[in-house]
Amino acid sequence: MRDLFAVIMMTGIFGLLSASFFVAMDAVDVAFTEASVGAGIATLLMLTAVTLTGRSEDSERHKPMWALVVVFTTGGLLIYGTLDMPYFGFAEAPVHQHVAPRYIYDSMQETGLPNIVTSVLASYRGFDTLGEVVVIFTAGMGVLALLRVERRPGIDQIMADSIFYLMHERHLILRIVTKMLLPFILLFALYVQFHGDFGPGGGFQAGVIFAAGIILYAMVFGLNTARYVVNRTFVRSLSAIGVLLYGGVGVVSMLLGGNFLDYDVLADSPVAGQHLGILLIELGVGLTVAAVMVIIFFNFCGRRDLP
Amino acid sequence: MDTIVSMASALCLLLGSFLCLSGGVGILRFPDFYTRMHAVGVTDTLAAAMILIGLMLQNPEGLVMLKLLLILLMTIFISPVASHALAKAAFKNDLVPLSDSNENKGGTESSIS
Repeated sequence: MRDLFAVIMMTGIFGLLSASFFVAMDAVDVAFTEASVGAGIATLLMLTAVTLTGRSEDSERHKPMWALVVVFTTGGLLIYGTLDMPYFGFAEAPVHQHVAPRYIYDSMQETGLPNIVTSVLASYRGFDTLGEVVVIFTAGMGVLALLRVERRPGIDQIMADSIFYLMHERHLILRIVTKMLLPFILLFALYVQFHGDFGPGGGFQAGVIFAAGIILYAMVFGLNTARYVVNRTFVRSLSAIGVLLYGGVGVVSMLLGGNFLDYDVLADSPVAGQHLGILLIELGVGLTVAAVMVIIFFNFCGRRDLP
Repeated sequence: MDTIVSMASALCLLLGSFLCLSGGVGILRFPDFYTRMHAVGVTDTLAAAMILIGLMLQNPEGLVMLKLLLILLMTIFISPVASHALAKAAFKNDLVPLSDSNENKGGTESSIS
């Protein structure tokens, strides 16, 4: 396919289908993430990128043969690597011997959370999740370093004002419906954020949904109006504050005598400590994800508007 | 009473599935972009509403009902607006609707771009 728009739409449909089969396999948390990240915001960001680069693929200037050879070699090596692994669904596999039973039988006593996925993600495997958050933060910083557009306050202000007064002249239906839906989208994001302990959800999904609300606003009301509403310096600091909050919880638990990201020591009882720790680090994840998504979108779009 | 409710639920679900199917047939068979979009836009909203109402009747009390009601409200808002935005974007990009006077076959590469 040469038409990149069609390719992106296919990617989005693929994401939605993956989410459906994750639901069929009872992995609702993963399905939620895939639906919001893979089908939702990734498609949107790729579309924004295509507006920068142009819609159709360039003609090939290199030999794709070598790339194919590399891909096949890597794929062959990876498949060779899996030969040593236990069969899919093999009951005697090491992972089913000691790690999984502990999560399933003991996580309720140890963390007090009904949603095992959240307790694994945020507590038992908290360090891995810290890594993921740092990766997202780095992506945001990379986009800022490469694509940042310096602000020209005078022009921004004039355009924001003119758009504000002409708000209902264009896209009347879209703007009114967006205005009505936006509070519910943001409220839903907060629900997903704080309900992650009990049902599917958590910082990643909530951050993406929150960012999607802001991006929807920017798309319908124009980038300059959105910049008028969302302070860019604030968003940039927010992305760092999320990571710092996450790492800070780890440091505080170390200062209180536990291991890094060992939440047992944060409150009087281990379960209360776990509750507090997981709430705080999910908040950190949500802040960083939302801020980075908004940063990426704004900078992609800002690039496009340059003369 | 239970029989009536489950019958009504089954009827709603069947009607919703039929509408989904007819929307799918419409997008394949109709001649140009606007008629196709009309087929999907109109049937999908009603089909989703019918299926959701059918599911609500399966579980008439409790939290599930409330959540389905919220999804229904969202669908009723979002689906027609999405169709509207799509049609408006197509019209702004000079995609001419199919009529007797022009020979545009519609929906092909050349007419969209």
